Amino acid sequence: MEALYLLIPLSVVLVFAALWVFFRASDDGQFDDLVGPALRILQDDDLPPPHHK
Amino acid sequence: MDQHYNYKVVKQFAVATVVWGVVGMLVGVIIAAQLAWPALNLDIPWLTYGRLRPLHTNAVIFAFGICGLFATSYYVVQRTCQVRLFSDKLAAFTFWGWQAVILSAVVTLPMGLTRGKEYAELEWPISILIAIVWISYAIVFFGTIIKRRVKHIYVANWFFAAYIIAVTILHVVNGASMPASLFKSYSVYAGVQDAMIQWWYGHNAVGFILTAGYLGMVYYFIPKQAERPVYSYRLSIVHFWALIFTYMWAGPHHLHYTALPDWTQSIGMVFSLVLLAPSWGGMINGMMTLSGAWHKLRTDPILKFMIVSLSFYGIATFEGPMMSIKTINALSHYTDWTIAHVHGGALGWVGFITMGSIYYLLPRLAGEQKMYSTRLIDLHFWVATIGIVLYIAAMWIAGVMQGLMWRAVNADGTLTYTFAESVKATYPYYVVRFTGGLLYLSGMCVMAYNTWMTLRNRDTAVAAIPAVNPAHA
Repeated sequence: MEALYLLIPLSVVLVFAALWVFFRASDDGQFDDLVGPALRILQDDDLPPPHHK
Repeated sequence: MDQHYNYKVVKQFAVATVVWGVVGMLVGVIIAAQLAWPALNLDIPWLTYGRLRPLHTNAVIFAFGICGLFATSYYVVQRTCQVRLFSDKLAAFTFWGWQAVILSAVVTLPMGLTRGKEYAELEWPISILIAIVWISYAIVFFGTIIKRRVKHIYVANWFFAAYIIAVTILHVVNGASMPASLFKSYSVYAGVQDAMIQWWYGHNAVGFILTAGYLGMVYYFIPKQAERPVYSYRLSIVHFWALIFTYMWAGPHHLHYTALPDWTQSIGMVFSLVLLAPSWGGMINGMMTLSGAWHKLRTDPILKFMIVSLSFYGIATFEGPMMSIKTINALSHYTDWTIAHVHGGALGWVGFITMGSIYYLLPRLAGEQKMYSTRLIDLHFWVATIGIVLYIAAMWIAGVMQGLMWRAVNADGTLTYTFAESVKATYPYYVVRFTGGLLYLSGMCVMAYNTWMTLRNRDTAVAAIPAVNPAHA
């Protein structure tokens, strides 16, 4: 199964890359507040103001 | 210019989603009719099932589905990062480049030009164009994330980011080909190696486009439409990373009982079963976002699209792991049960969450408060839902019946049924499936009309970027 010689190392590298991204984001404080961000997108009013024809 | 969001490219992709939705579903209905009434290919090579089927899958996944993801990801990344897209020119290039990819598929697939790999049919020059457009997409998306004015990266962007990166890797690995001429190439892998690479690609495309991408929509558009925060933001982060760490190895379940080594098949099965947990994590999180707001489902058809989509996601992500169990797969593989499974996910989950999100976007892109007609959205919802139920129920019954007929043996060890007998027995289910598909297509045409009436005579909205609250920056 030579295809696995490519796919398994690739998957392992990807997992380590994902781990690195996760810890970097975590150290950077991305996951410190797990309540506020959910509320913040609701405060962003994206409806245009009503107009009269 | 930098004080306003780029709505132009979002609107282009949103309209393209609707147009290609009609086209792709129409081709689907045509080939469904051909299965029931084979004479409908009219003996014209370009209209035969074998050529139109990849056109249908490419049109619904890469044209309808990915245009929807382009539109929503460009909108979400701008609104949540509170900056304009990284580059307007590059964003415009992704639009026209992607349309060029789709148009070349529309021309080459009916001509019979194909690499012969499911969901990766397009020949090498088009494949290279896909890579170029995709890398531009990544630059626009990640460039916008980098120049964001809000420190926190909203969870939907993580899902979109994973989908963009994964597709790049999958496309490059599975696309590796030796060109023999301008329109013909051969995969650099051969035999079972090629099959393994192909289904590593195929299933991860399902995982990262059709799951991660659309979960990005779930985490932005459902809270916005329901006006409720995500049920558990913590769970959304946890199940994102769980998906990322476990997804890559489900592919071999497409190759049960083939020349693939048994242990590889078993690994594929185990990883597929593991996937149930993070999948349902997302489903439950999305559903529970409506807690305290269930009454909104009575009056808001857009929310109905979104919540029913999550129900189908839940069904498909339960059914998938079950079908990956080798003993169940022995019955279901190569039957129409697989078609039922795929369309539960495609029509129910991907289709409905895309339609709901596009209905959310269109009025905002036109500077309107709501769609031209809310009643027509409701009509679309019911017509499409009945269509899905007819489609899936017919294919479930047909699939189990085929599986049972194929494995039935007489006392003396001979087969009870010929293959042709199972085809004949499937005929009524093919007719029901065609009816279901026709209903689903009609719903899409209603959406196209509603879109036309909403956008008609309206300029693209100019949306100012609000000042960032320093407490959040």
